[in-house]
Amino acid sequence: MIRWFRVQVLMIDYTLASMARRKARNLGLLLVYAAILFVLASVTLFTGALREEAVRALVGAPEVTVQRMVMGRHALIDRDGLEALRAIRGVQWAEGRLWGYFYDTANGANYTMIVPSGGIVPSGGREAVAYGAPPEPGFVRIGGGVARSRGVAPGDWLFLLNPQGRLFKLRVEAVFPSASELVSADLVVLSEADFRAFHTLPEGVFTDLALGVRNPREITTIVEKAALVLPDCRFITRRDILRTYDALFDWREGILLALMGGAILAFMILAWDKASGQSPEERREIGILKAIGWETGEVIRARLWESALVSLFAFLAGYLLAYLHVFFFSAGLLRPVLQGWAVLYPEIHLTPRIDGARVLTLFLLTVGPYVAATLVPIWRAAVVDPDTVMR
Amino acid sequence: MVFPVARRDGSARSGSLSRSPFPPNRAATALVLLAAGLAAVLGTVLDAAFRRGEGETGRGTARMVADLGLTDLALFTEARYTRNPSLADLHTPFQDHPLALDHFPSGSLIGPPTPWGQASLTKGEVPE
Repeated sequence: MIRWFRVQVLMIDYTLASMARRKARNLGLLLVYAAILFVLASVTLFTGALREEAVRALVGAPEVTVQRMVMGRHALIDRDGLEALRAIRGVQWAEGRLWGYFYDTANGANYTMIVPSGGIVPSGGREAVAYGAPPEPGFVRIGGGVARSRGVAPGDWLFLLNPQGRLFKLRVEAVFPSASELVSADLVVLSEADFRAFHTLPEGVFTDLALGVRNPREITTIVEKAALVLPDCRFITRRDILRTYDALFDWREGILLALMGGAILAFMILAWDKASGQSPEERREIGILKAIGWETGEVIRARLWESALVSLFAFLAGYLLAYLHVFFFSAGLLRPVLQGWAVLYPEIHLTPRIDGARVLTLFLLTVGPYVAATLVPIWRAAVVDPDTVMR
Repeated sequence: MVFPVARRDGSARSGSLSRSPFPPNRAATALVLLAAGLAAVLGTVLDAAFRRGEGETGRGTARMVADLGLTDLALFTEARYTRNPSLADLHTPFQDHPLALDHFPSGSLIGPPTPWGQASLTKGEVPE
């Protein structure tokens, strides 16, 4: 055992000495390899953490959201719909939701204006708690993105021009904590009176409806019943929401990985080329090794150590840098991709989450092909007759 | 088996297993570096576990979502249909004409809609 270990150590030493003779080429390869792994690991870690964050946040989403559709587009729903849903057995509470988008011409940002669910009359039996208590008319609570972009703090005035050009002067009551920015960055929470006045919305209409269901196993039945009562509505369950996000993250990861696919393939070709296009010097080295008594198996093992060392160091460097990038620097390099044209972007502080299976997959999908791509050329070089190469 | 052992000056001497009592410098450095790297990977696992333990933020966020009745993440605020993908009007990206390409960069980051499953408009039968 000790002997075996020492043989391996000496082989590593020999490999390193051999690699040091082609320092620039091997360092270049290591850098490119580590860079590819850094991007792949960043995407994997970021998406994994975001997915978990989404699930943890959205378990609080309404059990069923009811959206009226007119000509295939989202339309306002009135109080009759609300009453009809309340009459369905098994519905714990039903309430109208008031929310909408607002494009702020002052900074070119889109806000989401919302009235807390407990703050809409009739409240439908839901108690207003913590964030749920609506602000007094004339006051707003805003998300961190809005506060940053408009440069306002609690106690300041927020001036907004409504779509008709009327100026609204609202006092900032609070800014939502930065830990919640993933869901609150662009929120402007205001009272029902202000919301209706701002958007010139008549009484008795809502953006959509939310339902609470006493027994989660009844959701399907209740949705079926509700679809009979309100045939022009679309029903979105919490499960649909979570599924949407699952699909979204899968897709986004897929897109990035597909883009990276080309880079990975190019890298594989490079690795193959490097291993197969051996310089006369390298071939002579192999010839000498064989001439002084190395067997083909030993030559292959020594060269495999080379691939393994490059892969391992590249993986460790790529993964560790990606971890720092995603969890200590808020994935700053991925930000332009995600932000698009948006003015507001949440400062996301992700809670680290390492999925062992995904990291292992990443390891096997990068290190495996690299070692495999170099194996055949190494074998072909190792079986040559020493006499031929040295001559 | 005879190893050509490289020296720092680049020359090589012939060494054998029995004549090298200590691991050569280069190999030792590489192995120490590898071990340090693996330890750092282990460190990330511990860091993740530690920070998850102290993080109350997840629960606070979930509570805010429940209290305000939110349905989506504020990841993409650039367009209506990217701000609330789960509630979005899925025709919006193509509002200019049926073959119009999606304007917004994040539109390409949001996947095509999945079937709505049980909660579909077409599931319920229209009453008499």
